[in-house]
Amino acid sequence: MKTHFQNRLAAAAIAAGTLLGAQAVSAQETIKVGILHSLSGTMAISETTLKDVMLMLIEQQNAKGGLLGKKLEAVVVDPASNWPLFAEKARELIAGEKVAAVFGCWTSVSRKSVLPVFEELNSLLFYPVQYEGEESQRNVFYTGAAPNQQAIPAVDYLRDVEGVTRWVLAGTDYVYPRTTNKILETYLKDSGVPAEDIMINYTPFGHSDWQTIVAEIKKFGSAGKKTAVVSTINGDANVPFYKELANQGIKAEDIPVVAFSVGEEELAGIDTGPLVGHLAAWNYFMSVEAPENAEFIKAWQAFTKNDKRVSNDPMEAHYIGFNMWVKAVEKAGTIDPDAVIDAIVGVAVPNLTGGYSAMMPNHHITKPVLIGEIQGNGQFDVVWKTSGLVVGDEWSDFLPDSKPLIADWRKPMSCGNFNTVTGKCGGKGT
Amino acid sequence: MATGPSLGTVLRRGLVAFALLMGLALPVAADTDSLSARITALATGDFATKEAIIVELAATGDAAAVPALRALGDGDLQIRKADRKVIIAVRDGNRLTAVDPVTGADLGAVESGALERIRVNNNLRRALRAAVGSLTLLSKDVTVRRLAAESVFKSLDPTALETLDQAIQVETDERVRRLMVQARAAAILQTDRPEAEKLEAVAIIADRGDQDARGVLSAVAASSEGEVKDKALASIALIEQSLAMWEAGQNIWYGISLGSVLLLAAIGLAITFGVMGVINMAHGEMVMIGAYVTFAVQEVIRTSAPWLFDASLLIALPLAFLTAGAVGVAIERGIIRWLYGRPLETLLATWGLSLVLQQAVRSIFGPSNREVGAPSWMSGAFELGGLTLTYGRAWIIVFAIMVFALLVVVLKRTAFGLQMRAVTQNRRMASSMGIRTTWVDAMTFGLGSGIAGIAGVALSQIDNVSPNLGQSYIIDSFMVVVFGGVGNLWGTLVGALTLGVVNKFLEPYAGAVLGKILVLVFIILFIQKRPRGMFALKGRAVES
Repeated sequence: MKTHFQNRLAAAAIAAGTLLGAQAVSAQETIKVGILHSLSGTMAISETTLKDVMLMLIEQQNAKGGLLGKKLEAVVVDPASNWPLFAEKARELIAGEKVAAVFGCWTSVSRKSVLPVFEELNSLLFYPVQYEGEESQRNVFYTGAAPNQQAIPAVDYLRDVEGVTRWVLAGTDYVYPRTTNKILETYLKDSGVPAEDIMINYTPFGHSDWQTIVAEIKKFGSAGKKTAVVSTINGDANVPFYKELANQGIKAEDIPVVAFSVGEEELAGIDTGPLVGHLAAWNYFMSVEAPENAEFIKAWQAFTKNDKRVSNDPMEAHYIGFNMWVKAVEKAGTIDPDAVIDAIVGVAVPNLTGGYSAMMPNHHITKPVLIGEIQGNGQFDVVWKTSGLVVGDEWSDFLPDSKPLIADWRKPMSCGNFNTVTGKCGGKGT
Repeated sequence: MATGPSLGTVLRRGLVAFALLMGLALPVAADTDSLSARITALATGDFATKEAIIVELAATGDAAAVPALRALGDGDLQIRKADRKVIIAVRDGNRLTAVDPVTGADLGAVESGALERIRVNNNLRRALRAAVGSLTLLSKDVTVRRLAAESVFKSLDPTALETLDQAIQVETDERVRRLMVQARAAAILQTDRPEAEKLEAVAIIADRGDQDARGVLSAVAASSEGEVKDKALASIALIEQSLAMWEAGQNIWYGISLGSVLLLAAIGLAITFGVMGVINMAHGEMVMIGAYVTFAVQEVIRTSAPWLFDASLLIALPLAFLTAGAVGVAIERGIIRWLYGRPLETLLATWGLSLVLQQAVRSIFGPSNREVGAPSWMSGAFELGGLTLTYGRAWIIVFAIMVFALLVVVLKRTAFGLQMRAVTQNRRMASSMGIRTTWVDAMTFGLGSGIAGIAGVALSQIDNVSPNLGQSYIIDSFMVVVFGGVGNLWGTLVGALTLGVVNKFLEPYAGAVLGKILVLVFIILFIQKRPRGMFALKGRAVES
């Protein structure tokens, strides 16, 4: 932003000469890292934690001596759960503060809102939340799960281990649940589930009266076939949903619910006693036994000065993303975005579940998929995990117009939506 | 462990049944040694192995396995790391005691860090439910027998037939007996017994007439042939007919329940907006404050007086009223009194205030949800014919009616109510009669806010206790008040219930999203026709 920059110049000119010199030196000594998470408004509930995690990671890195011999400096802005404000704040971070990389966003709509800014100003965004896929952008690194790293393994688990043959796909009415459910519906139908055994239900954001829907699920589940609910219900609507399930006596033994947006943080607001056995699919659980995880939790609880603070999957995604960025910058020897984008593909760093995650050419990462069951203490017990790592699939194989697309940001292809049928770059999502 | 004669017979019968059904040779006698060997085996192996062991334990018919199985289901069956011995961890306050799973002998206190929980998954929980069910059918306690019969009905486990036959013969309680007969019928349908017996079983299940019965019969219809299939299909049709009738009743109940929530949220606004005419966008935050007071009360009770937990909501009620009321008075004195007669500015000021209050709560309590527990008298559900009514919702309906009645009494029967109405109807005249109008204004606003705080106590039971709690109710509250008729409490009551019932009748057909939109369109059209709502106030006061 030119005007902004001019203002700064003017302000600097007013300052005394010696002071100016001092400022210039200190500005060179730090590398700025942008944190773009809502600290107020509806999404503050989830995003505030991620801001804290980033602050901790930056502090740890500085304790290790910083990056390229310089200290890291966190620049925190508050987009206030307001989607257009995300774009504005992103511009402020990149053009105004000149940050080297931005870690941020939670909802898909906030990510979509900042994409053009990152493209125009050529900066880096690390996006830590599971999402619906159907996107691969040169400047964005998707460290959360794509649908094939969460939804599809969860359905496989229910079908193969619990013998589920009848499905309720329940979600909040917006892009992530709708796309995920479209993928799952095709996947289920391809695997031979008849249409009458799939019930799809959408509810508004923040839906709080679940009586009718839970009764419908109960009715749908009494058709003599093993039934399960696949829930893409988002945020605050989950607590009343689970409370109603418990009140109407739906136990996990009868109709298990597998959720993709319910983690340790969300469970902190509920008495989980009646919910024991309901499931969640993630790439990380706080209860995972691994030395890296134990160390991370210890550091996190010390950082927040709260020994009851929980950790969750998007936090791990930031942990992985941040370490990947650090490694890529070290590899490239510069914070220049183009150099980092080239250097980061293939970078592998430890994840918190005792393995390594690698950045793939499609800017998605490899992750293990874990299925956990809710326990009475608000934690999850891992009951199943994929035998190896799963590569994030940006363009789903279960949506007809995405099937032929692939993304590969390595030269010479450098394309986020290469159509393997026509042999051309471009198609959906341009 | 001493094995009494009756237990011995049970054991032998169970073993015979096991042998017959499994087609295996008679295994070694199930004495305590093999019991504890099996329980120890639960500590190792994967979920499938554990499931096989549970099925074996159930088949022995040895009720001595029940405590271990129950503990396994509850996550209390643990491994003592030091010697890999399987024990039951009994928690009493902060003290953890190890108990032998077979003999029940006390093995002394343990640290939770020295234990390792034996993990279960849903398949194991199902197997456990079936096992504990079939093992406790002959229990002395009638509630245990009832639960056992229900579990066996759900497990559809033919191996339990032998025990069921026995239990039915000695059962004295008529209701439990009926449940056992139903469980037996459900189990028979899973075997290849003669058709006549199966037809009889179908009839027994059909008599039950609920969703579970429909589930069992649907499975039978899908897997059998001939007369059994026809009869099952006919019974399903009958059950569905009666369930459809109950469904209408269920919708009315859900509607009233949603209506009572709307009423609670809106009733405070009916005073601040309806009676005083203040467009109070911070109304939702008063509800939120009430919910946080409930949380704070429960926190204090949890740490210092756990035995008071069931009374926590009753304690929270007056505190929530006073806290939210005090905040309300402060708002009126600090902001609103300068803005009377300027609705637009009031709207903006209170909206800004609502953001300030939200952020304040976010800073104090943190952005994440806070857990507000349900007292035991508000948990669970009861059956009324074909209806499932949850206690929580039932109490909220009762509570909403009580709050409404109380408010009507305050407004119509007390001196304060009289002054309040006088001030709203003719401020100058009231002032000349010696009423301190500014004091009445503050108290009225405080009353409205206090009532909103009380609503927050109730809403903490069904919704998130988070800084956003109020936002989700503010639009609905205004809708109810405007629809019912501004300034009329009865209008608010009828408005809330109408919107609740209409919403719940639309939801099954139109879906939750479209249903909400349709209700909104309906209100817009209604307001076009009757701008003053359902029960418009008439007279001079309105026209001025």
